[in-house]
This record gives sequence, C-alpha cells and structure tokens, in this order.
Amino acid sequence: MADPPDAPFPVETAESMPHEPYRGLHEETMVINMGPQHPSTHGVLRLVLELDGENVVSCRPVVGYLHTGIEKNCEWRSWQQGVAFVTRMDYLSPFFNEMAYVIAVERLLGIEAPERARVIRVMLSELNRIASHLVWVATTALELGAVSVMLYGFRERETILDIFELASGLRMNHAYMRIGGLVMDLPEGAEERVRALLRLLPGRIHEYENLLSANPIWVERTRGIGHVPSEQLIDLGATGPILRASGVDYDVRRATPYGGYEQYEFDVPVRGEGDCYARFEVRMEEMKQSLRIVQQCVERLPRGPVKIEDPKLRFPGDLEVGPDGIGNSERYVRHIMDESMEALINHFKLVTQGIRVPPGEVYQPVESPRGELGYYVVSDGTNRPYRVRVRDPSFVNLQSLPHMVVGGLVADTVACTASVDPVMGGVDR
Amino acid sequence: MIVAPDELVASLESLRSDADLAFDFLSDLSATDWPDRVPRFWVAYQLYSFRHRHRLRVKAGLAEELPRIDSVTGLYPTADWLEREVFDFFGIVFDGHPDLRRIIMPDDWDGHPLRKDYALGGVGTHYRGAFILPVDERGM
Repeated sequence: MADPPDAPFPVETAESMPHEPYRGLHEETMVINMGPQHPSTHGVLRLVLELDGENVVSCRPVVGYLHTGIEKNCEWRSWQQGVAFVTRMDYLSPFFNEMAYVIAVERLLGIEAPERARVIRVMLSELNRIASHLVWVATTALELGAVSVMLYGFRERETILDIFELASGLRMNHAYMRIGGLVMDLPEGAEERVRALLRLLPGRIHEYENLLSANPIWVERTRGIGHVPSEQLIDLGATGPILRASGVDYDVRRATPYGGYEQYEFDVPVRGEGDCYARFEVRMEEMKQSLRIVQQCVERLPRGPVKIEDPKLRFPGDLEVGPDGIGNSERYVRHIMDESMEALINHFKLVTQGIRVPPGEVYQPVESPRGELGYYVVSDGTNRPYRVRVRDPSFVNLQSLPHMVVGGLVADTVACTASVDPVMGGVDR
Repeated sequence: MIVAPDELVASLESLRSDADLAFDFLSDLSATDWPDRVPRFWVAYQLYSFRHRHRLRVKAGLAEELPRIDSVTGLYPTADWLEREVFDFFGIVFDGHPDLRRIIMPDDWDGHPLRKDYALGGVGTHYRGAFILPVDERGM
C-alpha cells in the first residue's frame, strides 16, 4: 500500500505488516496454569488451560487444595457434633449444610422438628441464600470490572450476617441447628431485625440489578458467554442457577420438598439463554423470591418450642446469654445439680455418648445457592454416623466448566468460572 | 435396589430408558466400606427423574479382593469426577473410566482415606526438606 502523501516516513499498516514471521505462533499451543493462587478462582481452584493465542483449546480443572477430611471426621464424632463439622464445608452456605444433615438424621430417627424450629430454619436458609448470592454478584462484578458493586454487595451481606450473629453468635460456621430442632430460640429483637432487612433489601437488590444490567461492560462480558445446552448440563450433573439459566425447571425445594418448603409460595426463576448473563438474571430473581419466603416466615412464625420434647433425643441444656457469654442458664444448672438425679444422668449420657440412631441410610437433597446439596447418611445403629457422604453442588458443577470455556477467549474464562460460583470449601470438603 | 456389579450398567440403562421410570439424572455416586461384611464395599448411585420427580438408590456390593465395577461415565458423564473421588477415597477401580486418577488427595498419596481401616489421626509432613512426625507420634 502506498504511503499517505504527506507522511514524512513510511507508515506501517495492517496490509504492509510482514505476515511470515508470525505464522509460527499458530503451530503450537501454550499450557498455562490459572490458579490455584488466582484472585478470580474464588479460592484455590487451579485451571490448566491450553491456549492457542487468546483462545482456549482445552481446560482441565484441578481441585483438592482445600481438602479437610470432614467426611472422615464425621465418622468419628457423635451425631450431634456432626453439625459443627458440616457447617464448615461450604462456607458461604453453612445453614444449608446444617439443614441437609439434620433433616437426614431426623429422617433416620423418624422424628420431625417442632414447627417453630422448621420455620426459623427456612427463614435463616433463605437469608443465607441472599447473602451467598450477594457475595457472588459482588465478586463477579469485581472480576469483570465493576468495583463499586463489590463494595455494595459485601455491605448488604454484612447486614444479613449481623442477624446470623445475633441468633447463633457467629457470622459464619454457625452450628445453630440441632437434630430435632435448634440449639436455642431466636433472641429478643431478631424478628424486628429481619423485618427491617425486609424493608431495606428489595430496593437495594433492585438497585444492584440495574447497576449491572445497564452497565455495557457487564452485559458485553456476560451475554452469550459460556453457553452450554441444557441436555449437556443434565448429563454433567449440573444443578442450581446454571441449570435453571438453561431452561430446566429443577429446584429441589419444588421437586422434592423438605423442611416445610411445600407451605411457602415462591416462583422458580428460569431463563432459556444458558449464558453467563442468564445465570446472573436467575440469581437476582432468586434473591427476590427468597425475600418473599422470608416475608412469609416472619408472618407465620409460630410460638412454641424449638427442640423436640423427647428427653432421650433432644440435646440437653437450656442456653441463654449471660454476663460471660452463651452458656447453660442458671435455672437449668440448678435443675440438674440440685433437683433431679434423672436429669443429671440424662444430661451426662447425652453429652458424653450422644444419641443412638437406628440402622439405615438416607439421601437428603436440599437446594443450596449453588444447586442440589445432597447428604447420604448411613447409620449402623451406634452413637456415631457410619458414613456421611456429601454431594456438593460446587464439586459437580465444576465439571461443566470446561464445556463453557473451551473455544472462548482467556478473558471469558474468568466470567465463566465466576458464573459457576464454585466454593472451594465445598468442592474439596 | 441392589444389583449385581456385572449387571449394573445394564440395569441403569434400562432404568433410564424405560418411559415410566426415566431416571435421566445421576445425583450422586458414592461408596461405603463395611470391613465385617461380605461383600465389603458398597457403591451407591442416587438417581432422579426430571419427568416423574422421583428418586431411587441403586447399590452394588463389591468383594474385598477385587473392588472393581464398570464405569457409568458412558451413561452419565457426571460420574467422571464422582468415580474418581470414590477411587481416591476407597480404592475402587471403575473399568472403562476415561481418566481414573486421584482427584482430591495428592497424586502420590498412600492409601485410601475413607476406608474404615485407614487410621484417623496424624499424618507425617514434609516441611522444607525435613520430615515431621505425625502429631500422635511426636512423644511430647
């Protein structure tokens, strides 16, 4: 191509560039490790990517860096202690792990928690779902360049964690549920805090949704990215928002209700596009539906006990907040020490040996923010679980990640990984 | 439902293709170790049907000497990682699996941790070239 007439020196244009020397670039691919120490992998996920220039040729997720042996540990602890272990698995959705575990054991025992406990469980779980999705939207927005949403998302999540802290004493890893109910009732003022949250959150969630759906960068980087057809997702075992974003109406709360979910009114949001943007839409809509469920919980919250009556099964104790933290109330201590020998023996037996669960096995799935969280609990009739197997949705969902990223650009790998929302604590257990 | 290991794939295939059952989704695949029983290992498949919304658990018992079973990855691709995990934790071999390696534990790990005869407790560690004894053997 001829030089522009006024140019004092030859100008190189695309056509005049020498092509020969660069051809070699396409002859071999490059293998690169993304992670395990990478900010966009939500923990310690390692992706072995094979790249042809900027294009991903193959992707192999490598997991296991966060393995803590919780399944093995559960086999060596009493049934009630299991709650404190499982809550530490998927650290963004502790209540779902607790709920699945306690319901599985309750099914083995053939008991059901009192109504108040069941409503509180659902209420806290749905708040947990909102908190988890807020973290998802916050971190994903950060990775794709919308930093302010990150700050807002974590701010609102903190208001929810404040309620959890009020109820259980801990922001995360609560161990608040017990086989046969809850460890203690909601403290004074918790209900009012939930009501205040219900007034605050709808507007905020709407705001964040607008903030992102009107953000051209966000839309550009998620729409049409990471598409996987629904049949393939079913084959790969993917569940949760990923599957619903591909048009499959599968929500464990609807399909096989547990813990009283059949009594609540809510919609299961489904989108057909199957891309990262649809997953975003599904999660935003799910938060609104969770708020609806929390609203119904607050309205119906019945009075009554939060533990089953059976003294052979209910965890002994009557906790209250004293001057030196949470502990057994003076009334209860006096009861077992001064008044009733049977109560003392019962307390001693249940604390040192725990309960016995009849032999059997049960698979209890629940709908966690990431999909089907299943607990396969096996009992051999002793005071310890024989086997606690956890089907964690993050683990199974990660299998579909290669199908999302292969053929796309490296930069889209970040968007796709985020759209799967893996929590490595749950993947590696 | 209990099936013989060599009939497993055929059973799952018919459970999947039968229109009244239509178990098209493999929720979970796991194993249990019963050292005192014959057979010792039990592999459990949790199935679900999107059409009928029902669940089923299929189990197969495997002998201690030869814990092998056919892979179901051809039928349910999701079994890929799940079978690798069972192999990792129990040492059960899945014939026909495309890539049967450890998944959670490091590749050079000794033993299969979720077996009942695998001791719970300390594991030695290599730290900066030194070998550090397990906690319960340090004699402190």
